[in-house]
Amino acid sequence: MTSKRLPSGGLVDRRTTIRFTFDGRSFVGHPGDTLASALLANGVRLVGRSFKYHRPRGIMTAGPEEPNALVELREGARREPNTKATEIELHDGLVSASQNRWPSLAFDLMSINSLAGSALSAGFYYKTFMWPRSFWEKLYEPLIRRAAGLGRAASQPDPDHYEAMHAHCDVLVVGSGAAGLAAARAAGEAGARVILCERDFAPGGGLLLSPADAAWRREMLAALDAMPDVQILTRTNVFGYYDHNLLGAVERVADHKAAPDAHEVRQRYRTFRARQVILATGASERLIAFPGNDRPGVMMAGAALTYLRRFGVAPGRDAVVFTNNDSAYETALALAEAGSGKVTLVDVRSQNALAGEVSARGIDVRLGSEVASFDGKTAVLRRRGGMSGDRVVADLVCLSGGWNPNVQLASQSGARPRWDYALTSHVPGEPVQAEQSAGAASGIFGIGAAAQDGATAGRRAAAAAGFGTASDFVLPELGRTEQPIAAFWEVKGAGKSFVDLQHDVTAADIRLAHREGFSHVEHAKRYTTHGMATDQGKLGSLVGSAILAEARGEPVEAVGVPTHRPYTMPVAFGALAGHASGAHFQPVRRTALHDWHLRHGAAMQPTGAWLRPFFYPKPGETGWDPIFREARAVRSSVGICDVSTLGKIDVQGPDAATFLDRLYINTFSTLAVGKCRYGVMLREDGIVFDDGTTSRLAEDHFLVTTTTGNAAPMLEHMEFHAQTVWPELDVQFCSVTDQWAQIAVAGPKSRETLAVAVEGLDLANDAFPFMGVGEGRIAGVPVRLFRISFSGELAYEIAVPSGQAETVWEAILAAGKPFGIVPYGLEAMSLMRVEKGHAAGPELNGQTTAADLGMGRMMKKSGDVIGRVLAGRRGLADPGRPRLVGIRSVDASKRLRGGAHIVREPGSGTSMGWVSSTTQSIEHNCWIGLALLENGETLKGQRLFAVSPLHDESVEVTITSPHHVDPENARVRA
Amino acid sequence: MHLIPCPYCGERPQDEFHYRGDATVKRPAPDAGEQAFYDYVYTRANPRGWHDEWWHHYAGCRQWIKVRRNTLTHVVAASAGPADALPEATP
Repeated sequence: MTSKRLPSGGLVDRRTTIRFTFDGRSFVGHPGDTLASALLANGVRLVGRSFKYHRPRGIMTAGPEEPNALVELREGARREPNTKATEIELHDGLVSASQNRWPSLAFDLMSINSLAGSALSAGFYYKTFMWPRSFWEKLYEPLIRRAAGLGRAASQPDPDHYEAMHAHCDVLVVGSGAAGLAAARAAGEAGARVILCERDFAPGGGLLLSPADAAWRREMLAALDAMPDVQILTRTNVFGYYDHNLLGAVERVADHKAAPDAHEVRQRYRTFRARQVILATGASERLIAFPGNDRPGVMMAGAALTYLRRFGVAPGRDAVVFTNNDSAYETALALAEAGSGKVTLVDVRSQNALAGEVSARGIDVRLGSEVASFDGKTAVLRRRGGMSGDRVVADLVCLSGGWNPNVQLASQSGARPRWDYALTSHVPGEPVQAEQSAGAASGIFGIGAAAQDGATAGRRAAAAAGFGTASDFVLPELGRTEQPIAAFWEVKGAGKSFVDLQHDVTAADIRLAHREGFSHVEHAKRYTTHGMATDQGKLGSLVGSAILAEARGEPVEAVGVPTHRPYTMPVAFGALAGHASGAHFQPVRRTALHDWHLRHGAAMQPTGAWLRPFFYPKPGETGWDPIFREARAVRSSVGICDVSTLGKIDVQGPDAATFLDRLYINTFSTLAVGKCRYGVMLREDGIVFDDGTTSRLAEDHFLVTTTTGNAAPMLEHMEFHAQTVWPELDVQFCSVTDQWAQIAVAGPKSRETLAVAVEGLDLANDAFPFMGVGEGRIAGVPVRLFRISFSGELAYEIAVPSGQAETVWEAILAAGKPFGIVPYGLEAMSLMRVEKGHAAGPELNGQTTAADLGMGRMMKKSGDVIGRVLAGRRGLADPGRPRLVGIRSVDASKRLRGGAHIVREPGSGTSMGWVSSTTQSIEHNCWIGLALLENGETLKGQRLFAVSPLHDESVEVTITSPHHVDPENARVRA
Repeated sequence: MHLIPCPYCGERPQDEFHYRGDATVKRPAPDAGEQAFYDYVYTRANPRGWHDEWWHHYAGCRQWIKVRRNTLTHVVAASAGPADALPEATP
C-alpha cells in the first residue's frame, strides 16, 4: 500500500462512506471520488493487464485520456465493458472488475506475450494471420479473441431508457474551467442565451486543483446560476462538432447511481445549434517515451496533482517527477507537502529559475537529466545522453512532456490546427465556423490568463450574436510567466517505451512502420494502431508523430497528427438510438381496418412501414392451410381484402392529362371519364419505375394509384417534374393515401355480393364493364368503385373515406355471407398474382425495362415521355435480355425458390436468368413461379433447371407463359 | 448537419430534405437524341467548391428548391424556388 488518503484537503466528503467492490474485494470511498481515486486511496496499484503483452498496468491519469484503468462496470444486463475508472463517479454498491487478465489480475498466463514481444510488432495481424485462409475461422480468430478481448459486453437486452433533446442557444460554452466560466458569465451578462457543458460531475476544470481560487469558482457559479438564460449541464461531454454549428453531446444523467430512478433515463443524447461556440476544453498532458514508462506507478504529473488536490489522495510515497516544462514543479511541491517519502525532480532542461525554490522544500532537483528506465520499483536517472545512471527507489513516477491544447472540437469544426513553436504543440487554427477557442484550449495557460481570455471570448461571442456588452467582474490574478518548454519526446534505451499504452504501441513500432513504408502519419496510425484505442491517443499521439518525424528526418510539425474525428470520447449506442429501439424504431402505419383485422385473428406482418394481414388462420390450420383456403375461396366464390396501403395521388388541373401522358409510357388523355387504365412509368434512364391504375373522375381530375412501396418516391418524382421540368403545366396534385381506405372484392361471386351491398350504381356487366369507374353508396356511405383485378378473377375495388371503412367492410361481408365470403391476406393475394403473372416488387426491381416485363408495346408512338429516349439504348432494347416468363416444377413436390438461377443443366456454370417470385399453385397443384430468362420468349415449353447452390437444390422446371391462370383474361371480363 | 434556408419556410435542418444533386442540368428537348439524355441523366461535373443543387423540402413545403452550397466548406450561400434563378455570382 503505497498510495493513501490524506487526512485533509480535496473535494471529497470524508464524513460519508461509500462501499464498492473491485474484483470481488470490498473497499470504501467518499462522495466526490471517482472509482480511480477511491482505488488509489485504498492502495490499489495494479488495475489491469495491457491489450497485447498483458503487462501489469496502474492508473495513469485522472480523466478521459486514461489508457490502463479500463474496467467492467456493474453486473448482469447493466454490465458495461471498457469504462474508464477515472471517469466513473463512485456510488454506493458499485461493482467493478478488471479486464483482459486470465486467470487473474495478479497472475496472468498471457503475459508470456511480453517475452515474445518482437513477434507482436506493428503490422503483426497483417503479417501473421494471412494463410491458409481456412485457418481463419477455426484457429486464428478464436485465438485472437481469447488473447485480445478487452471487457465483455452484457449479453442481455439493455434495461435502461435513453432520450434525445435538441436545443438552440446564442452561445455554447464547452468546458467549465476558468476560461469557460468567464466566457459564460460575460456572454450571459450581455444578454445571450448561454449553455455551458461540462464533462465532469464537478464544474471548475483546473480550478478544482487550486485551493486559492475556490472562492472565485464558487462566486462565478453563483453568478451563472442567478442568470435565468444560462444553463449549466454537468456530466455532459460534447463529442462532436458538425456543420453549421451543430454540436452533439451525451449527458450522463444516471451513470453516477447503481441504476436510474424510476422513469429516469440513463443517458440523454443532446444536440445544440449554437449561433456562437466557445471551446474552453483545456489541455491534455502528454507522456514521455522511455523504457518502462507503462509500469504501475507511472502517472501523469497533472493527474498526480489532481489526486492530491481534488481527491485528497497521495498517489505514492517515493516519487520521481520527470518533466520538460514548469507545470510539473507544482506536482513536485504538492507531493513534498503531502508525502512521507522522497521526491526527486528530473528536468531535461539544464537551467530553471524555480529550481532553488523547489530544492528549499527538500526536493532533490536534477537539472539536465532524464529517467533512463523504470521497472516499477527503481528508476534509473542519468545526465541527458549519459551512459551510467543513478538508481533511485520510487513507487511513483510522474511524467510531464508538455501540454496539448484540446483542439479536437475546433479541428472537427474545420479549423486546421496550427503548430505553435513555443508550446511545441498544435493550437486551434483560423475558425471556419462561428467558433473560438479560449484558455488552455487555445494555448493560454494559467488560471488568471485563461479567465481573462475566456471573458474576452464571451464578450466577443455575445457581440457577434447581436448582444451588447457585459459589466466587468473580478478575475483571478495573473500567474508568473513560465519558462520555455524543451522539445523532448523520448529517452532511447533497451526495453519497451510506449507511445500508446492502451494498444501497446511502442516507439520501436513507429520506427518499424516507417521502415516498412508506412511513413505518413495516417498510415503509421493504422499500421501500428497508435491512437486508435478508446483514449484516442490523447497521451501519446504527438509523441508518436515526433518519433516518426525523427525517423523521416523532418520536423514534427511537418508530420502532424492524424485528423481528429468524432467522437471525442466513446458514446454508448443506446444514447444515440434514444427511444428509437424495438417497437419504437420507426413509426408503424396502420390501415383504417387494422382493428378489425386484429379482432379477427389476422397474422399481422410489417411490409415496409405498414402492418398488413398476411392471412387469417383458423383453429387447426398450419403452414399453407389458411393461404390455400383463402385463395380457393376467391377463385371459386368471393373474398375480401384490405388494399388500403396502395399509394393514391389525386391529380387535378387543365393540364392534368398532358402531365400524365408525359409520366406514363401509355396515354391517359384519351381515357374516357368514368374509366381507368393500367399504366407503366419509367425512370429517365429507361428502367421501369412503377405501375398502377389511373382513373379519370372528370375531364380535369384523375386518381393515380401507385404500388405500396413507391407511394412516396412517386409523389416526389411527380413534384420534381411539375415544379422544375414543366412548370408551365397547370396541374396540382396531392397524396390521398390516408384519406381513402380501399377494399378489394374478388371472385366469381363478387358482382352478386356487391349487387346486394351497393346502392346507386348498376353493376351489370355492360353497364359497369371491366375497367369501369363509378360512384355509389354502401351502408349509406358514399364510395368509389373500380372494376379492376389483381387476382385475375372478376373483381372490384371500393374506395371508402377512411373513417367509415369498417362500416362498409362489414356491409360487404354481410352481403357476401350467402356465398361464403372470406377475408384474405397478403399471402393469398401474392399466390394469385403469381398465378396470374402480374409483375410486382420482385419484378419491378430497378433493373427491368417495360419490354423485359412483356409490356414493350404499351409505349405510345409519339410524344414526350420520361424514359423514352434512354429506354431505346442498344443495351436496353436488346431482344436477348432476360424476359418475364413462367416456370412450373416438373416434380410437383419440388419447392421453387426466389433467387434461384435458371441453368440448362445442373452443375452448369452459366446462368440464363433468375427466379423472381414463387408460390404453390392451387390451380396447377405444383410449385410455380415467375422468372426473368434470357431469350425467354423462345424457350417456352423447354425444360431447364432452377438451381439454388445456397440450398444445394436443383429443380427441373418447364418454361411457360407468365400467365399461369386465364391467359385469355376472360374471367375479369365475365 | 446542414441548415438549409428554404425560401418558403426559412432555415430548416437537413433531415427535412432529400437531396437530388446538380440543379444546373436541364432536361433536353424530347428530340434532342440519346447523347443529350445520357448527359442529362449521368454526366456530372462533381465540383470542388460552389455547386447549385436540388433539395426537396419533403417534410415541409414539398418544394424542390435550388441551393447554392460549397461542397468543400458546406457553406450555403443562396437558395431559390424551383422555377426561380439563383444569383449570378457568389463571392
